[in-house]
Amino acid sequence: MAAEVVSAAQAERLRRRYARRHVLARTGVYLTALLAAFVCAAPFLWGLVTAFKQNRDLYNPQNSPFLFNLPATSDHVLYLFQQTPFVTFVWNTLWVGLLVVGITLALGLPAAYSLARLNRPWSGPMGIAIFFVYLVPPSLLFLSLSRIVVAVGLQDSTWSLVLVYPTITIPVSVWLLTGFLKAVPRDVEEQAMVDGYSRLGAFVRAVLPLAFPGIVAVVVFAFTLTASEFIYALAFISPSTAKGVSTGVPTELIRGDVFFWQSLQAATVAVAVPIALVFNLFLDRFIAGFTMGAVKG
Amino acid sequence: MAQVTVEREARRVDRRAGGTLADREGFLAWAMLLPSVVYIVALVAIPFGLAIAFSFSDVTAGDPSYDWAGLATFRRALADPVFWRSLSNTFVFTVVSMALIVVLGKVLANLLVADFRGKWLVRFLVLLPWTTPVALSTVAWLWTLDSIYSPIDWVLRQLGLLDGNTYWLGKPGLAMASVIAVHVWRLTPLSAVIIMAGLVAIPKDLDEAARVDGAGWWRRMLEITIPLTLPVVAVAALFGAVLTFTDMTVVYVLTRGGPTNATQVLASWAFIRGIEGGDVAQGAVIALFLFPLLLAAAVAILRAVRRMETL
Repeated sequence: MAAEVVSAAQAERLRRRYARRHVLARTGVYLTALLAAFVCAAPFLWGLVTAFKQNRDLYNPQNSPFLFNLPATSDHVLYLFQQTPFVTFVWNTLWVGLLVVGITLALGLPAAYSLARLNRPWSGPMGIAIFFVYLVPPSLLFLSLSRIVVAVGLQDSTWSLVLVYPTITIPVSVWLLTGFLKAVPRDVEEQAMVDGYSRLGAFVRAVLPLAFPGIVAVVVFAFTLTASEFIYALAFISPSTAKGVSTGVPTELIRGDVFFWQSLQAATVAVAVPIALVFNLFLDRFIAGFTMGAVKG
Repeated sequence: MAQVTVEREARRVDRRAGGTLADREGFLAWAMLLPSVVYIVALVAIPFGLAIAFSFSDVTAGDPSYDWAGLATFRRALADPVFWRSLSNTFVFTVVSMALIVVLGKVLANLLVADFRGKWLVRFLVLLPWTTPVALSTVAWLWTLDSIYSPIDWVLRQLGLLDGNTYWLGKPGLAMASVIAVHVWRLTPLSAVIIMAGLVAIPKDLDEAARVDGAGWWRRMLEITIPLTLPVVAVAALFGAVLTFTDMTVVYVLTRGGPTNATQVLASWAFIRGIEGGDVAQGAVIALFLFPLLLAAAVAILRAVRRMETL
């Protein structure tokens, strides 16, 4: 009887101790989350406030940079969309990105299938070799590629980027796609082949539809890679109407020493938020894809 | 139904025996892979060879005809003190950023695998630095570190810690710190995502078994979590290193290598010499110095991945 009472009291003490520890841990998690979110988003949050400020408000060092000391204005955002080539930049980025993604899938999907399923002795090393091409940086190749671009007559043309960007997107995409294709059960294509499809037919009709979610993830990933690229775009193209977002915004919205700060920040936020939103939707799939690519299937 | 199974078996045997289907697979394997390989060889391997060839030449944008110059261009590039400044800056930026990226990435990864309310919003905000095009996020930083209107300065002034302005990008030491900070800020989410992939892959039962056996948090951390995540942390570190080492965007947009080349790195110096200065040969020489370290990083990543597979 007495022993039970003691143990109950002990249990109570233990429970309180764990509860306290739990509360502490939760507080830690929330504090870290707040801090991390703030540090990561701070420049964009401030950019968002900046974008809607009046000049007299913005360019007064006494004013709080975080508050609207004068009424907010949308003038500078409208200026960005109406008076600057920003819309052209967005359009260029979009069509270059879509074409590059198309080329990437057209070349990368068959390659990934070859590496994932048509077991050759060289499949593994070849997959790793292709992935390592991703580590060959634009800063090593831009000089010779700019000479090549001149040689094929594409200098100052946005098409030069369509030609060159697949070298960045194909290696990563092949890696990711190999992972996604390995995840499709072998029975699916064997059944399709039994039903009379050729190997190629089975790939196109049976495997591709099942790998579709993975393919969408690769499309998003490849597109963001092309949208972010800076060095090639800066080296190959100088007319402002041929530029994309990543080079157009920092070079064209800064004229000499004049910075159009509100419009610049509006452009940054307008580009950053949609990309991050889409990326978030696919994050778990990217992670799955990157680890699957490394697993022998 | 039975016939189908028989047919299937027959095909399997057929393939194993190296019949016509196996032949076709061998052909298909190459035919499907070849376009990608050709593309990469044409636009990565050949330009790479060309870059090496350029560095032994006197090619300029004005006179693109190829003349062999031997080591003259190397000598010219190495005689320039800015080159050595860029080389050491590149190393300083890479080593310091890599260390910070890994430590902060680990913290962030632990956060992203935890469960808490509002996680989707935190995840969205935390990924912003990585998903935003580098040039644009650097523009946002350029404004945040502005010489007069920097909000950081404003806060410091309100707290009475600062009189006047800090000039983040105007003083050599502060400019270097700023460049490193922006690199760490933009690459930490990436390393967090890589490490997160590793954390998720750790079998839960291992941790639970250790817990049942009475292992405390530190013990589990030191003997299970860290050894099991070490390879993936190494991969994250090397990716961070490669992306910092070869990047010129942050330096180019933030400081253009200034003040007086204090933040110049190999990539930006190669660009300024090779494209803006038109001295293609010298730019090629400077960029070529990126390669040995890249190769080392690639080998190291390969080793780390191998270790991960054997686990």
